[in-house]
Amino acid sequence: MKFLATIGRSVLGLLAAIGRVALFAVETISHLFRPPWYPREFGAALMQIGYFSLPVVGLTTIFTGGALALQIYAGGARFSAEAVVPQIVAIGMVRELGPVLVGLMIAARVTSSIAAEIATMKVTEQIDALVTLSTNPMKYLTLPRVLAATLVMPILVAVGDTIGIMGGYLVGTGRLGFNPGTYLTNTIDFLEWLDIVSSLSKGAVFGFLAALMGCYFGMGSARGAAGVGAATKGAVVAASVLILAANFILTELFFAA
Amino acid sequence: MIELRGIEKSFGPKNVLRGVDLTIPKGESMVIIGGSGTGKSVTLKCVLGLITPDKGEILVDGQDVTKLRQGSSERDAFLARFGMLFQGGALFDSLTVWQNVAFRLLRGTMKKTKAEAREIAIEKLRRVGLTPDVADLYPSELSGGMQKRVGLARAIAAEPEIIFFDEPTTGLDPIMSGVINELIREIVVEMGATAMTITHDMTSVRAIADKVAMIHGGKVRWTGPISQMDNSGDPYLTQFITGSADGPIESVR
Repeated sequence: MKFLATIGRSVLGLLAAIGRVALFAVETISHLFRPPWYPREFGAALMQIGYFSLPVVGLTTIFTGGALALQIYAGGARFSAEAVVPQIVAIGMVRELGPVLVGLMIAARVTSSIAAEIATMKVTEQIDALVTLSTNPMKYLTLPRVLAATLVMPILVAVGDTIGIMGGYLVGTGRLGFNPGTYLTNTIDFLEWLDIVSSLSKGAVFGFLAALMGCYFGMGSARGAAGVGAATKGAVVAASVLILAANFILTELFFAA
Repeated sequence: MIELRGIEKSFGPKNVLRGVDLTIPKGESMVIIGGSGTGKSVTLKCVLGLITPDKGEILVDGQDVTKLRQGSSERDAFLARFGMLFQGGALFDSLTVWQNVAFRLLRGTMKKTKAEAREIAIEKLRRVGLTPDVADLYPSELSGGMQKRVGLARAIAAEPEIIFFDEPTTGLDPIMSGVINELIREIVVEMGATAMTITHDMTSVRAIADKVAMIHGGKVRWTGPISQMDNSGDPYLTQFITGSADGPIESVR
């Protein structure tokens, strides 16, 4: 019986957590329609989340695209299908690896920094100070970050997809002896609009989740340095898991036969 | 005038406040003393609405502020009359000193032009003894005493009618504590503001207070004018102000 009680307790705990996150998300979105807004905070978040993430997005995807080309070539050679490298790299990057890798890198880079910043603000009473200065922390801190991440992630994913394909192209033409012209034609001909739409939609959802988790865990931080550490860890883990889970659901929605 | 009536607040099984009754007349400086963890900060946060009490009412000029909804315009109007100096300063470290001081003046209903806001910020910085050249520094570039002064400048920037000070001298050396105490006294007197200070620094109490209230065991144990504090005849209060280890207040060692 004790065993059952333990299961029950964790299920209830999980449901309560889902409820709290959902309420947090709804409250965040509701502030989108209620003034005052803080355009300056939004602009700063766009720069932080979007522009400054470009190097890490580029580096991650170029190496992955290159490795992908090598793997597909080696794997394809076993049944003389080496020629499909451009197509598979394109579809693999755009449909899956682009959004997921960029999503995870954003979880590592942006979720962690949002969570640590907001948690530190909470611990040092800066959040309380905001309230006493008639400023709603959800409006001033959460909404600009979540909105910026949701809007800017599709662009980052587009950049990631392109650079990933470029990585495959560089390895394909430089190492594997593909004709540059044919490689590009094959890539472009094979990709469909749905691939691109799904890629960018995934980006928006992942961006929303990454920023939301950073803000949610930051706002809920316990006291002290340990509290900030736990909030940051929780935020990155939750964002990563949610991104992968959402990726599965979105793939099912877009591509289920 | 601020009136607290029967304020109770528990965190889980811990009953922090068990019916706090306290009246602070307009324009007076009330200092709340008490040991660590006796609920001084919780009392203050209840008035500001950062914590919602489980029971009781808090009347500010006759209006029950515990009933104000978060984010409502009435609540914003209520908060606009407040200034608060936080224990650690709670300066926003992503903003420069002057932007911190002028925070309220740069956004919302009290919005002024940037030049005006900066001018007011520099005037307030001067009032707390800081030169204009700190205005463009970031809080992390300042010493603890300077951060406290900036926090004080921010608290008074929008000319509040009510100012709260949460342990204003904690973490400062005795001389800097003296300076901050004097500043608080001067500012409260010249602005005619109602002040509520939390502290366990007895020098602060004597420098700032018109009236003193001691919180012990989640209730107001003693309250009265500062002149009667030393002859109160209350063993708890006497033990606290003399800092004696022997007395009715249990000390954990």
